[in-house]
Amino acid sequence: MFVFTSEEKNKIEKIVGRYPVKQSALLPLLTLVQRRDGYVSPEAMEAIGKELELSPAYVQSVMSFYTMYHAQPTGKYIILFCHNISCQLNGADELLKYTAKKLGTDVGGTTTDKKFTLHQEECLAACCGGPMMRINDTFYENLTREKVDQILDSLP
Amino acid sequence: MQILFKNIDRKGLANIDIYEKQGGYQSLKKAFAKKPEEIIEIVKASGLRGRGGAGFPAGLKWSFLAKDVFPRYLACNADESEPGTCKDRELLEKNPHLLIEGIVATCYACQIETAYIYFRGEFQHASDLMDKAIEEAHKKGYLGKNIMGSGLDLDLYTHLGAGAYICGEESALLNSLEGRRGEPRLKPPFPAVEGLYGQPTVINNVETLCAVPWIVNEGGEKYAAIGTEKSKGTKLVSVSGHVKKPGNYEIVLGMPVREIIFDLAGGIREDNRLKAFIPGGSSVPMLTADKVDVGYDYESLQEAGSMLGSGALIVMDHTVNVVEVTLRLAYFYMHESCGKCTPCREGTRWMWQILGKIQTGEGVGAQVDKLLDICDNMSFKCFCPLGDAAVGPVASSIKYFRSDYDELIKKLEGDKVAT
Ligand SMILES: Cc1cc2nc3c(=O)[nH]c(=O)nc-3n(C[C@H](O)[C@H](O)[C@H](O)COP(=O)(O)O)c2cc1C
Ligand code: SF4
Ligand code: FES
Repeated sequence: MFVFTSEEKNKIEKIVGRYPVKQSALLPLLTLVQRRDGYVSPEAMEAIGKELELSPAYVQSVMSFYTMYHAQPTGKYIILFCHNISCQLNGADELLKYTAKKLGTDVGGTTTDKKFTLHQEECLAACCGGPMMRINDTFYENLTREKVDQILDSLP
Repeated sequence: MQILFKNIDRKGLANIDIYEKQGGYQSLKKAFAKKPEEIIEIVKASGLRGRGGAGFPAGLKWSFLAKDVFPRYLACNADESEPGTCKDRELLEKNPHLLIEGIVATCYACQIETAYIYFRGEFQHASDLMDKAIEEAHKKGYLGKNIMGSGLDLDLYTHLGAGAYICGEESALLNSLEGRRGEPRLKPPFPAVEGLYGQPTVINNVETLCAVPWIVNEGGEKYAAIGTEKSKGTKLVSVSGHVKKPGNYEIVLGMPVREIIFDLAGGIREDNRLKAFIPGGSSVPMLTADKVDVGYDYESLQEAGSMLGSGALIVMDHTVNVVEVTLRLAYFYMHESCGKCTPCREGTRWMWQILGKIQTGEGVGAQVDKLLDICDNMSFKCFCPLGDAAVGPVASSIKYFRSDYDELIKKLEGDKVAT
């Protein structure tokens, strides 16, 4: 069953208080759950809907618009690998292939140990440091094969 | 000349004490000594134009706010998603108080009591830093009730999106901030009249608002004395791609592109030949190397057939096949089309499919004309500017680099005969 802890309840109250209209807190609450659980389950959508007086179907329709929310469980680390123009010009395609091979997963997939989910991503505003990837909240820039090895191997 | 990037690499600049020591928050005293309308006049006189992409004069936009309608809101656009662009992130992460100072001054000028900074979802780190800076500013009395005795009450909050390029478009941003799908709204009404929660709303880019403290401190005329006739002040340019020293550089508007690429960014990697450059982010037409002496300012880039856009200069050397790059951008616009209107939803998909075929060798010459046809059918026919943005790279790549297409088609046709 999906529940918010009392600490989270307090946080939610604070978030909702930032806006004159409750619904504005929808993205922040989805983000809260996504970060906590790695995905947003139907039960979570219902719980969020209850907090904000929105139907679960509405929550789902908004959620599906945004690529950072996942309806299915993801790996412990979500890798967003930029393949857009500035990174492409600096070898991102080859490095993304290398990363996928290293992890033994397809682009878009999750490793069997559920540690990594690998996504090809559009520009992440680190174009002057391409090729780059974001792993959870951290940006890694000026990547090489060696750097990718070192970063991935060092994550617990 | 450093206005936005003054002391940008000073250690601890994100800390309020250090920011104050180097003159931070001084503009507020100056601003509060004047009437709100006077601040708007100063910013008008400065000629400051929006740095988010459209280049609309900031002071003028503020003066369009519906008269006597309150509450009003401010939404700072920190969505920074235009491929090639990474200047706002540097400002946000290294100097968050500069943005807060600019927001307070702007809210005073526009009589706004609630402001939001809309970050793209991937900027969690920058948003956390900003939360900390906001807390510091509250403690020092630069935010909250009756700021420095001015009578201005202001609350400022961060708000994270969740991955959607279109949310950088101002009306889509407002929908997203209201907890809806990030689809653009019909304009008019413009946000200055009916914006967030139906109330008058100011929307400005991070860099735009970061220029406001300097303008308030030094005066509009002084800012207007910098740059060219129609492009005032300084601009952050994100130089990326095939240069030796990629990075964000603050330039005086009007600096020749050649100097940006060859002096600031160290020239082309491995001393290769410059083939093409995109001056203002992925949404603007690309230009050929012979345009390298054009001035980096709004009017000169427009005259040269492109736009200043978001200030992202993407540099390509002679090893690039333009079709490959265009295919990637076509994929981007297809992926980011919100699907609300048909010409964009279908057009972006078609363009991507055709480019993909040309790239993989199933292409024939007639398809290049088909692409131009689709461009024609999309231009000015889409609901929001994303549709036109998607046309920019495709149309310009064909216009200037048709030979890249022909070569690829010929080469691949040759391969087919050979096998
Ligand atoms: C598809 C699209 C994406 C945009 N993305 C951004 C963005 O990431 N950041 C931004 O500041 N403006 C973006 N804009 C421009 C905004 O709509 C708006 O003009 C701008 O935020 C206004 O601020 P300014 O006048 O200070 O530039 C985008 C526009 C479009 C059509
Ligand atoms: S032009 Fe594209 S992004 Fe804009 S409203 Fe139409 S479908 Fe959506
Ligand atoms: S193109 Fe990769 S971060 Fe911008």
